[in-house]
Amino acid sequence: MQHGFGFLDAFFNPGLIERYLPDIAKGMAVTIEIAAAVVVTGILLGLVLAIARSFRVLPVSALIVLFVDVFRALPPLVLVLLVYFGLPNVGIYLPSFAVLWLVLSLVLAAFCEEIFWAGILSVPKGQWEAARSTGLGFVGALAYVVLPQALRLTVPPITNRTIAITKNTALGTVIGVGEILNQATTAQSFSGNATPLMMGAIAYVMLFIPVVVLGRSLETRFAWRRG
Amino acid sequence: MEAIVEQFFNIPIMQRALPLLLMGLRQTALICLMVIPLGLAGGLAFALLSRSSLRAVRSAAVVGIDFFRAVPPLVLLIFVYSGLPFAGVRPSPFTAVAIAFFLNTSSYYGEIYRAGIESIGLGQWDAARSTGLTASQTLAYVVLPQAVRNVLPDLVSNTVEVVKLTSIASVVALPELLYSADMARSVTFNSSPLVLAAAIYLVMLWPIVRLVSRLERRIAT
Repeated sequence: MQHGFGFLDAFFNPGLIERYLPDIAKGMAVTIEIAAAVVVTGILLGLVLAIARSFRVLPVSALIVLFVDVFRALPPLVLVLLVYFGLPNVGIYLPSFAVLWLVLSLVLAAFCEEIFWAGILSVPKGQWEAARSTGLGFVGALAYVVLPQALRLTVPPITNRTIAITKNTALGTVIGVGEILNQATTAQSFSGNATPLMMGAIAYVMLFIPVVVLGRSLETRFAWRRG
Repeated sequence: MEAIVEQFFNIPIMQRALPLLLMGLRQTALICLMVIPLGLAGGLAFALLSRSSLRAVRSAAVVGIDFFRAVPPLVLLIFVYSGLPFAGVRPSPFTAVAIAFFLNTSSYYGEIYRAGIESIGLGQWDAARSTGLTASQTLAYVVLPQAVRNVLPDLVSNTVEVVKLTSIASVVALPELLYSADMARSVTFNSSPLVLAAAIYLVMLWPIVRLVSRLERRIAT
């Protein structure tokens, strides 16, 4: 293999780029779909759990804390394999993309619950008392006074955590979800060439660089407001 | 109910799988011992470079941090493991894990150190320099100790993430904890080894996750 030319041929082969571009594009669509679904269900579930915890009913809170701790401590790939291989054995059959969506949503929900809860705790007690004294009920005080203040503070950490967890969509390749990495490794083994891997990496960078930069700018902006 | 116990909490199968899983756990520990110090050192380098007085160095460091934070670690690992052979280098699974983790975790640790260093006021620099300390002494004795203290919860919680992340080494057939458990699963057609692996991860990481929550709350107040 000649040097220089060999390298370009192995990583940036124009013929292969053209051949596999549709596959990588399909993978990008799958990645975006699953990531979007995970973001919506994960953040909503996290918020619901944090609100449930704010009622301070002991058994409920204990269960929520247990759920949060377990899903924060376990590697997502362990959960993916456990659900994917475990559920069929007890008669529950889920397609692989649903397994990935379910697991990542639960993991994101666990992290989000913790962040939202910290946000709710950060609102001074006087705000609760003042709100209740105007005649608002518990739910009204929570919805109109506490949550709007709490949620502002949580924007940067929620954004960063969401980015980190949506990147885990790449784990789907292990159970055969046809996302970017899966398309890229399949194409790599068919073509015997690293060009599809390079394309996959570029696809991820294109998807996630804007989000990473957005996350950083949110962090600076909200940090400044907190002042 | 019986099927669930049989499939997920099968004690005889767990007992048989345990020796294999403990061997895997040793590999996991070895990986951690390698990638955490590497990442901490690389992160510090990234952070210092991103504050260099040379504009080109500074932007290269920031671009590097953003780039490696944008690529999912599994993509990086597979790229290193299956891509490098095409450039004439054939890394072992362990080397591939070391390279991919170094790039990924350094950029995360780098971003944390950077926030820590930026949290220290310029007055600290001026005061330290005026006592006759050189710039590097100021960094080592005055700025970094305070910076690290300010971002300690983030450093610890990122380290938990790194330990969890070692599970992706199973994808390149490095026989760590998850790989061993999955092998036991495929031999026994039973998910109990995976549950046992999950339990081992929980025992290792739960105390640290609790600690992080407490550290975060203490800093916040």
